[in-house]
Amino acid sequence: MNQLIIDLEITTDVTGPLATLAEFLAADQKPSAVLIDSDEDIESIKEFAATLSVIALNFPSFLDGRAYSSANLLRREYGYKGELRAVGDIRIDQLEQMARCGFNAFQLADGQNIEQGLERLQGFSFSYQPAFNREPLFRARAS
Amino acid sequence: MYVYDEYDQKMVDERVAQYRDQTNRFLAGKLPAEEFQHLRLRNGLYIQRLAPMLRIAVPYGLMSSRQLRKLAYITRHFDRGYAHLTTRQNVQLNWPLLEEVPDILEELASVEMHAIQSSGNCIRNVTSDQYAGVAQDEIEDSRPWAEIIRQWSTFHPEFNWLPRKFKIAVSSATQDRAAVQVHDIGVRILNNDGVTRFEILAGGGLGRTPVIAPVIRQNLEPKHLLTYLEAILRVYNRYGRRDNKYKARIKILVRAMTPAVFAEKVDAEWQTLKDGVGTLTDTEISRVKGHFTIPPYETLDDHVPEIDDRIADNSGFSNWLKQNVKPHKQAGYAIVNLALKQTGIPPGDITDKQLETVADLADEFSFGEARVTHEQNLTLADVPKRSLFSLWQALVSAELATPNLGLLTDIICCPGGDYCSLANAKSIPVAEAIQRQFDDLDSLHVLGDLDLNISGCMNACGHHHVGNIGILGVDKKGKEFYQVSIGGSGFEDASLAKILGPSFARNEIPDVIQKLVNVHLDKREGAERFLDTYRRIGIDPYKQAVYTS
Repeated sequence: MNQLIIDLEITTDVTGPLATLAEFLAADQKPSAVLIDSDEDIESIKEFAATLSVIALNFPSFLDGRAYSSANLLRREYGYKGELRAVGDIRIDQLEQMARCGFNAFQLADGQNIEQGLERLQGFSFSYQPAFNREPLFRARAS
Repeated sequence: MYVYDEYDQKMVDERVAQYRDQTNRFLAGKLPAEEFQHLRLRNGLYIQRLAPMLRIAVPYGLMSSRQLRKLAYITRHFDRGYAHLTTRQNVQLNWPLLEEVPDILEELASVEMHAIQSSGNCIRNVTSDQYAGVAQDEIEDSRPWAEIIRQWSTFHPEFNWLPRKFKIAVSSATQDRAAVQVHDIGVRILNNDGVTRFEILAGGGLGRTPVIAPVIRQNLEPKHLLTYLEAILRVYNRYGRRDNKYKARIKILVRAMTPAVFAEKVDAEWQTLKDGVGTLTDTEISRVKGHFTIPPYETLDDHVPEIDDRIADNSGFSNWLKQNVKPHKQAGYAIVNLALKQTGIPPGDITDKQLETVADLADEFSFGEARVTHEQNLTLADVPKRSLFSLWQALVSAELATPNLGLLTDIICCPGGDYCSLANAKSIPVAEAIQRQFDDLDSLHVLGDLDLNISGCMNACGHHHVGNIGILGVDKKGKEFYQVSIGGSGFEDASLAKILGPSFARNEIPDVIQKLVNVHLDKREGAERFLDTYRRIGIDPYKQAVYTS
């Protein structure tokens, strides 16, 4: 079974197979978990955000930054509250950026050390800009 | 200038630790080279032709004397005793050791400096007007806004893996000294009936496909600056092309969508952010502005009779004063430019000793600050006029008084094939050959303002597209050739230079430039600038002179 980091803990994946976006959109009975690729339209699941419990966003390459913006839209604009999982080419040096965009679950790429990933997840003490569950530093400075 | 508080300091300290960890893992073979490449680039470290190159960020070009001394120390201790100033107001080291970069960063962090996002497909160091705060034609000091953008863009988690690099420039004067029309985003600060408003340009740039940026938003309230920038970046991050790196800049997206549709898309995104948590507060704007207060100027007479006497009996001083010294908004003060364009020295290079001299002179004459300009020169922005002669004497001794600012020999030039692994051709020797051809200062003064820019490849680091004369190094079957274009401008009258015709061998270039200059001298009306003559008569006379004689 796959190991994952979920909410700052190393755990085993018990979700089972994820529906692709096409399968999800075509289904009459909507599955509760979906996998969306970086070139797929995140806006197409906006209306289902409240009913989903797992959304996995795929990074086909660690250089492909589109899913960071998808995560922002899901959390901030669509009000998605469930598990937001980063899958694909996930490297430990990028986890803290993903977390600040709203990811709370990480399935690392082959060869990545999950304990080291956990250590690097929390990263910088402050965030200059608005981030998931964080006000921008200028608001903290003022208070 | 902006001074770090405990938060800013902690951010750079944490970055040093993070980068040290990445370097150590790479050196231990635990971080693959293809991954470390992208991590080190986000910290300004390139692997060049002969050695690594470290690009140190100088936000909007502003440095204190303490920082200049630290740079001098770093070049001496970790490099070969000189640094290079870039067209984006940054500083580069040409010979650092990869394993020592974490130590260099630690030294930099001790004086509130860093190399964060000075390369890579992320938001780069923000640039601005080198005369910000002192220019007579200024509407409002652009530096607080540049600093606000710097902080917002630093470690932005969502925009660190963009389709391509992303450059933002801010300008707030009638004359655009920040080249906002050829940036991914240009911010123009305007004054509408006594209130500050921004005009936002997007999708400009040089490189392979040069584009003058369209305006996509007018009359933006200052408090919305960051949310609006966020909306632009999100649209770009989502829809910018990632299949072809030559079509990945935002200019290609804006052009493909059309500026109007792009602006609509940005506006729709912005509506979800407007007035939200990213909206700037008055407290924050005042806090940052509080770091850019007016220095304790003395009340001085604007006219200094001693200068008239010196001019009369010293042509060296007189030439320098005329060319390198600019008017200041405070009576009795002047803006002094140090042109780092001495013949025989690569444009923009400065030694450790010179950096220390500049630090000393900044302390003595200019409130302890200096600025890097995008023309690869330095500026002392607040010099009392009565000290100009003493300052000039000190600059002459330090070989920093070349009186050619804005003239043909004040060449903007990338490091080119001597250093850069991307270059198709060398650029430094071309600059030197041109400087040797035009070694008579009086003739240069007669010729007047003329921007000559050289890039060693299509990436256009030497901004050849916006030179009045632009030279581009090209590779033809393994041999270096140079394409010459004319008529570009990077200022408020921005235009892209047009290619003259077939390219030239390196040794032909000085003669080609001479012929172009001769056409100008022949056809100009009165004291007309090269650019204006070209715009009036068109490209044909220049073509004819170069290719038929």
